[in-house]
Amino acid sequence: MAVPKKRVSSSRRDMRRSHHALTNTQLNECKNCGEVKRPHHVCPACGHYDGREVVEPANPV
Amino acid sequence: MRHRNAGRKLNRDSAHRNAMLANLAVSLITHEQLRTTLPKAKELRPIVEKMITLGKRGNLHARRQALSYLPDKSAVDKLFSALSERYASRAGGYTRVLKAGFRAGDSAAMAVIELVDRDASAKGAADKARVEAAAENEEQAAA
Repeated sequence: MAVPKKRVSSSRRDMRRSHHALTNTQLNECKNCGEVKRPHHVCPACGHYDGREVVEPANPV
Repeated sequence: MRHRNAGRKLNRDSAHRNAMLANLAVSLITHEQLRTTLPKAKELRPIVEKMITLGKRGNLHARRQALSYLPDKSAVDKLFSALSERYASRAGGYTRVLKAGFRAGDSAAMAVIELVDRDASAKGAADKARVEAAAENEEQAAA
């Protein structure tokens, strides 16, 4: 069976992992209710998108 | 090679997929807005737009083509009456897909798909009528 010839050094291993970092999710404030929401998504708090109510809010205030 | 293999499989065999998309199309035509996963919404969009185009053609052949795809006659009636009038001056782009976060159970990307210029009262109209009728019946029984 094919096996690695040499142990991968900690430097090599960490260099490989240099591209593995995750990025934070971007968040915006909803223009209607001020709640944080994902950009280009319907606001989960007030159901608004692009200045109008698209869906009824889950928990109406 | 996946050349010329358009469309998503949605983890279903073709019969299951076609049945689901036909049912979703009826639901969207009836309720004018629905919430589903983003890939399903994107697959549904061209189907419903083609159905509305059939409705705008308006002749008997187009009606039979719509009936052969949609499993609900009242949805076909709506296509050939209300919707064909509403979209008479619109050249395509009858539906809108909006992203709506991620589902709790499996983090699936969710979307709201709706008809452009939708009639908000169409959503759940049959259910609301049924509940109201039941309430009236109870009132009459109590009186």
